[in-house]
Amino acid sequence: MPESIAVFGGVYSNYLALEAVCRDAKGRGAEALFCLGDLGAFGPHPDRVLPVLERFQVASIQGNYEESLSQRHGDCNCGYTDPRDNHYARISYEYTSLKTSETTKDWMGTLPTQRRLDFGGRRVLMAHGSPRRINEFLWYSTSSASFLSRMLGTHQSDLLLVTHTGLHWHRKLGEDRDVVNVGVIGRPPNNGRPEVTYTLLTSGRDLRVEFVPVAYDHTRLAREMAEEKLPEEFIQTILTGWWTTCLEILPAKERALSRY
Amino acid sequence: MMERQVRACPTVPLISLDTVWFQVAGTLCNLRCTHCFIACSPRNHTHAMLSLEEVRRTLKEAAALGVKEYYFTGGEPFMNREIFPILEATLRLGPATVLTNGLLLDPKRCAKLRALDSGSDYSLDLRVSLDGWGPEDHDRIRGAGTFQRAVKGIQNLWEAGLNPVMTVTELAVGIASPEGRKRFLRTLRSFGLDKPRLKVLSLFRMGAEENRDRGYYSWERLTESDVIDPEKLQCGSGRMVTSQGVFVCPLLIDHPEARLGSTLSESLRPFELAFPSCYTCHVQGVTCRT
Repeated sequence: MPESIAVFGGVYSNYLALEAVCRDAKGRGAEALFCLGDLGAFGPHPDRVLPVLERFQVASIQGNYEESLSQRHGDCNCGYTDPRDNHYARISYEYTSLKTSETTKDWMGTLPTQRRLDFGGRRVLMAHGSPRRINEFLWYSTSSASFLSRMLGTHQSDLLLVTHTGLHWHRKLGEDRDVVNVGVIGRPPNNGRPEVTYTLLTSGRDLRVEFVPVAYDHTRLAREMAEEKLPEEFIQTILTGWWTTCLEILPAKERALSRY
Repeated sequence: MMERQVRACPTVPLISLDTVWFQVAGTLCNLRCTHCFIACSPRNHTHAMLSLEEVRRTLKEAAALGVKEYYFTGGEPFMNREIFPILEATLRLGPATVLTNGLLLDPKRCAKLRALDSGSDYSLDLRVSLDGWGPEDHDRIRGAGTFQRAVKGIQNLWEAGLNPVMTVTELAVGIASPEGRKRFLRTLRSFGLDKPRLKVLSLFRMGAEENRDRGYYSWERLTESDVIDPEKLQCGSGRMVTSQGVFVCPLLIDHPEARLGSTLSESLRPFELAFPSCYTCHVQGVTCRT
């Protein structure tokens, strides 16, 4: 049973950040690495992600991207409702789908959709959006504590780990009951800095939840994105750390902290 | 008048009670919009305002049921004298969104709202209705001078540090197209909002709208053969609390058949989609949520 694990989501084809995060996590003593899905999107060369996952033995579950790609769907099923958000989501998905091999798409379909783990006596449940819906957005400012408690109860768990929104957070729901959005490592958490963030969990009497920012060669990623003719808006996010797309889905508080 | 249909219609189960709406101002409003689907006005007392005590009671029940988020509408919510303590009590438990016409949003109220927002972990969101590109369209529906006053309210919110969502009905011709949206966002920027947020709402052909334009045609109904998706319909995850009990959704509070009980717990049963507005929600994918 591991005492320290690293968990992240949303690689978004950012294989450079993925490698930096895995190294950092190992360096901090993480005994196991977990990814909560969305290996592709946004970044360049989706097929470069899988070898890194294998090298560092990262255990992944499906995100909506893996579900859509493996089932050969026409769109990412990201769950956006605003046309502007959907416009950029479409560009992202079409590029990723075109550049992902058929073998990789099939492999994505073999990944589990959820994972359970005993972590120092805590029943951990990992899911992409939420345990009930792969593309549910769980934001800090709009997920009430009573709602999250109900979710833990319904799904018989003490520690729920999700991603999908791109913004990490931790809500304690009383003695040894926690929900953590582990964030994504494919793009920065809309904070004006280029680092990406993963989550380091340490078990013990009290659960320790650390959000670890990691620097990587983001200028190289930006260069490769430009070479692949990915939208300038995406490249700006990588360089500046501010989101330029998929902003309309943000709740009021999260949007207030956003530059755009 | 809307009539219940006799044909068989689909039924939607409540998958999960995530959203609770409060008809916090009842059907009382300082405006008399010609497209209002529940015909709110200064004299419509069909549903009374909710008191702080009534809201508290429901919040307690809602929290026990694991509700995720709360919405407040009317009528005009800021006509309710207890709206601030009501929002304060709500924001201790979860996120709150208030739907308003913006007319009562003076700098003092906006500062109070900002303080409530800053004091909570949860989002306090405001949604202000605009019905067109400018005073010509908007005022025809909402009354003379209301466009300028609503814009002032929006600017007061923005200056207080709050960034409301503008809710625009399809009466703003062309708003649903990508160009229309872009143009509207430009209009909002011209008011000084540099991160404009926009939600486009469908029209419901009931209430005052029946007289402004037309009611529903008899064929605008769901039938047994319509394949509905409870996850996409707001009645699959929400309920509306009014002074007269708990209704299936914000649209149907004038219809006794849509009243599902006197408490949330009594209202968790499935609902028959027998109303023409159900047709609009299904066909156009409408949700009153932001």
